[in-house]
Amino acid sequence: MSNKHGGTGHYWVQSLTAVALVPLTIWFCFSIASLPQMSHANLSAWMNSPFNAAMMILVITVGLYHAKLGLQVIAEDYISNRSTRVITIASVTMICALFAVIGVVSVLKLSFGA
Amino acid sequence: MADFKLPANSIVKTGKTFDAPEGATRVKTFKIYRYDASNGKNPSVDTYTIDLDKCGPMILDALIKIKSEIDPTLSFRRSCREGICGSCAMNIDGSNTLACTMAIEDVSGDIKVYPLPHQPVVKDLVSDLDNFYKQYEAVQPWMQADSIPAGGRERLQTKEDRDLLDGSYECIMCACCSTSCPSYWWNSDEYLGPAALLAAYRWIVDSRDDKTDERLAALDDPFKLYRCHTIMNCATVCPKGLNPAQAIADTKKMLVQRNL
Repeated sequence: MSNKHGGTGHYWVQSLTAVALVPLTIWFCFSIASLPQMSHANLSAWMNSPFNAAMMILVITVGLYHAKLGLQVIAEDYISNRSTRVITIASVTMICALFAVIGVVSVLKLSFGA
Repeated sequence: MADFKLPANSIVKTGKTFDAPEGATRVKTFKIYRYDASNGKNPSVDTYTIDLDKCGPMILDALIKIKSEIDPTLSFRRSCREGICGSCAMNIDGSNTLACTMAIEDVSGDIKVYPLPHQPVVKDLVSDLDNFYKQYEAVQPWMQADSIPAGGRERLQTKEDRDLLDGSYECIMCACCSTSCPSYWWNSDEYLGPAALLAAYRWIVDSRDDKTDERLAALDDPFKLYRCHTIMNCATVCPKGLNPAQAIADTKKMLVQRNL
């Protein structure tokens, strides 16, 4: 997908991540609800499963990428000053990337039982 | 950031009141936005109560009656008075529509008449549509074909190809759709708006036009096209019953297919 101008690429990826988040969110809610207790030991044991860890990584990365794209649209809609808009979008991108890295590292740490 | 509060010189004040003539039994009150960009005064809302027994059935009839018999300073655009020219587009009872096709009896209570939202006002109900027309021009709404038709005669089209134009060629460029769109309110300097995008779609799907790819490429922009968030106000208010949001969604689909 060409993303030269950002319009169609952004729209396509936002649509794809939205569709992907439907099963991911349902899986996440059911999985968390089915845990007997939200203790560290329980979560570590649950994350030991490669499937659960992979799915959690997908929930975090796809969710945050979708959030970044959505927040970018809001910034483009409502911030008319170009400099403020660019700074806001850059900040949103960095914060989402930071959260994604923290999330993925946390999942791996729990999964490998470190 | 977007301005959510009116600047001091835009706050609408209460204006003059013109009562119904004596002896009138069936009356209706119109509250009409008044503003003159040339005198620097704040806008106001004047109140006119008219005798419906001596007035035609449409809102435009009432406006013409007010201008002719009560207040000749009232300004508004009108021409065909039958929903073809799009001149009398304005905001009536909170919704953009044509004054000539909206019946007085279809509005309960007082009838509020304002110019099209979020456009500069020249005078009263006349808004400045320069930017709107420039955006229409920007989509190059005319046929562009390098090929020469067989026999040097007219360009033929199948019935199916012709059917694709239904729902887009009927646009009368009244601006009801674009000026009802919140995305257009915030970003009309860059977002083309539903009317111009419907016009663009009309030529994209025309089998006789050779510039489909160039037309799509010109719209592949986060602001020109992708400010449309399917709010659907355009389809709700269109006095011709068209659906610009559908045309925009189809254009997005075509762009995804083109870029995949």
